Amino acid sequence: MVEEIGTTTEGDLIINVGPQHPATHGVLHLLITLNGETIKKVEPHLGYIHRSIEKMCESLTYRQFIYVTSRMDYLSSHINNHGCTLCVEKGLQIEVPPRAKVIRILLDELTRIASHELWWGAMAMDLGAFTPFFHAFREREAINEIMEETCGARLTMNYIVPGGLMQDIHPNFQKKVKEFISLYKLKIGEYAELVTGNIIFQNRMKGVGYLSPEDAVSFGCTGPTARGSGVSCDIRKLYPYDGYDNLQFDEVLETAGDSFARYMVRIREMNESIRIIEQLIDTIPDGDFVAKTKVVLKLPKGEFYTRVETARGELGIFIVSEGGTTPYRIKFRSPGFSNLSALDHMARGSKLGDMVAMMGTLDLVIPDIDR
Amino acid sequence: MFIKQYIKDIFGALKSLAVGLRRTGYYFTHHKEIITEQYPDNRDTLVMAERFKGEVVMPHDENNEHRCTGCTACELACPNGTIKIITQFDITPEGKKKKAIDKLVYHLELCTMCNLCIVACPSDAIVMAQTFEHSVFDRSEFTKILNKPGSKIMEGVE
Repeated sequence: MVEEIGTTTEGDLIINVGPQHPATHGVLHLLITLNGETIKKVEPHLGYIHRSIEKMCESLTYRQFIYVTSRMDYLSSHINNHGCTLCVEKGLQIEVPPRAKVIRILLDELTRIASHELWWGAMAMDLGAFTPFFHAFREREAINEIMEETCGARLTMNYIVPGGLMQDIHPNFQKKVKEFISLYKLKIGEYAELVTGNIIFQNRMKGVGYLSPEDAVSFGCTGPTARGSGVSCDIRKLYPYDGYDNLQFDEVLETAGDSFARYMVRIREMNESIRIIEQLIDTIPDGDFVAKTKVVLKLPKGEFYTRVETARGELGIFIVSEGGTTPYRIKFRSPGFSNLSALDHMARGSKLGDMVAMMGTLDLVIPDIDR
Repeated sequence: MFIKQYIKDIFGALKSLAVGLRRTGYYFTHHKEIITEQYPDNRDTLVMAERFKGEVVMPHDENNEHRCTGCTACELACPNGTIKIITQFDITPEGKKKKAIDKLVYHLELCTMCNLCIVACPSDAIVMAQTFEHSVFDRSEFTKILNKPGSKIMEGVE
């Protein structure tokens, strides 16, 4: 480990990017070895926002630990809660009412769009375009208002409980979501006009940060990062949960493997999410929104693993139960950590300015990496 | 052939910039659409969503009566130790001892607004309020006693 700023014995310059740097989107510390302006090595240093969520969960009951997972990947907090709830339900073998399943998927996809919107704005801002950030937040605000009305919070919702949902949806929910869909379709063209088609943006993205499919698999990349390299890894398609297998949607794949391919995967994925929402919004089944469960949940002795597709990739939840009211051990396989490990491989040999584009398309959320 | 492609690229690049600038120009000339909240100037007209989780409160009726039985379900449901219930024994007119709350202490600084206590409450004694301006000058002001002084339990709530 190289500690100080300075030069190595070969005469290469070592610089620190972060932990307080606007391009790292959080407290990520990168130690970069430079030869001139060419990157020789990138060494991510983690642990600045480690809160030991896995250890904390061991002292919380199966109802309580779900809310903590909102604080891991806070941009897809609803999907994190969904994954944890699926794992508890798998252990208890609870049958979730169809109404709750549909609403969960609807909110999952809304969260995914909101996350990608924020990524798109921040991505453009990293590359020097400031206005797209406000355009992205205009659409994201509409989703946040839906969340605030139905779940009671804008970011860390904690709306899902084992067995279903905490409350029924707000009466305005369907109307508001339809309004959002029409707003989205009106405004999504601007994204292509402002950023995607822009020549400066394309020249900075195309051919930058190439990741081959083999490397994507060997680094454990998932989500849009791996799908940009042509690796099929959508958990919603491969291991469907809560009724994703009954829906018509495509797994978005690009084969170029560069930053622009990863960018296009996310842009197209938002359209697929809109497609899923349109299929479900008019056909929310009637019935209970939560199944009857015991007040104190006790998972049987054993090991349980579920996985969900968050906005960043595959989130795995592994619970070891000793039969008590609290988990014996919890392990989260977070998508951000694996995606970050590919950064060193991608950045070697490219220029320092291009590294911002690579990091932007990895869509890093630092609390998700550190937990 | 190379020259032809080169000139084509240049005009394509200029076109892409013009397309973006046209959108920028549209918003420059059509700036009537205000999408930002004018907070705090709109504090009088600001309406929060009815389910917004601001803080835990205990509603009292006009006779200064609440619905809390002191069953500590909320205390057990809370993941952070936010709620502490101190109970006492009341003497009923028949001369029997009856458990009732003395104080329901609520630590706002520990609360994460997860709503688990509200769901756990069997008698709907506590609800979430829509207040969100929680700044105070001293940390001790965050520790609140939710039941009002002199309040007692409502008739018929077990």
